[in-house]
Amino acid sequence: MSKSLLIISRQAPWSGPSAREALDIALAGGAFDLPIGLLFLDDGVFQLSSAQQPGNLQQKDLGANLQALPMFGVEALYVAQRSLAERGLQDQTSSLAVERLDDSSISALIDRYDQVITL
Amino acid sequence: MKFAIALFSPPHAPSSRRALRFAQAALAGGHEIVRLFFYQDGVHSASSNVVCAQDEVDLPREWREFVQTQQLDGVVCIAAALRRGVLNDDETQRYSRTAANLDAPWELSGLGQLHEAAQLADRLVCFGGP
Repeated sequence: MSKSLLIISRQAPWSGPSAREALDIALAGGAFDLPIGLLFLDDGVFQLSSAQQPGNLQQKDLGANLQALPMFGVEALYVAQRSLAERGLQDQTSSLAVERLDDSSISALIDRYDQVITL
Repeated sequence: MKFAIALFSPPHAPSSRRALRFAQAALAGGHEIVRLFFYQDGVHSASSNVVCAQDEVDLPREWREFVQTQQLDGVVCIAAALRRGVLNDDETQRYSRTAANLDAPWELSGLGQLHEAAQLADRLVCFGGP
């Protein structure tokens, strides 16, 4: 049986290539039919904000890549409740169907996966 | 124990030095390294163009010698490397650039190599951040 991998994405979408590169690991894992989970934590929760205008920063829209996750079979998607609240985003609708987790649920989530990559 | 080691930080980050020392200690302890995978700014540690002052640790050279001596599988993510200007001969020709800065023992390949290594290993150990 394949080992499961949780990717924890902690960087804002427009702060450099990190968010994109964390997502690429998830998509590649999905393409290989591996059990992949993706958790948005800390500034990583900004990736889920809808109606962003990356063109103003001469950036490509990461949202389109995020929408590809379910198509690649990556459906275990989570976001840290506390990170949302810290940034005033708790009432915002997410651009992606993600499950909100409190701290103890995150701890259990990390425990459940065989391997973890934090970017 | 079988280890897969992933490096995400640039050569001058202390975590890069820790990654190399961890890899050396793993082999010294009788463990196996199934693959080294350099991703994000970690790709710079595979560049042959990093020049260090004589009285400073030359981490890219140490990595190269370590991988050569131990005959390890050293893989550099091709997408991460291209966007950071780390190119081997093939990619230099493909994109009509003037010089390559990546050669043996390093190999450019895709993220599938990271996933495969994680599947083969008992432990995936990642080095990033400061």
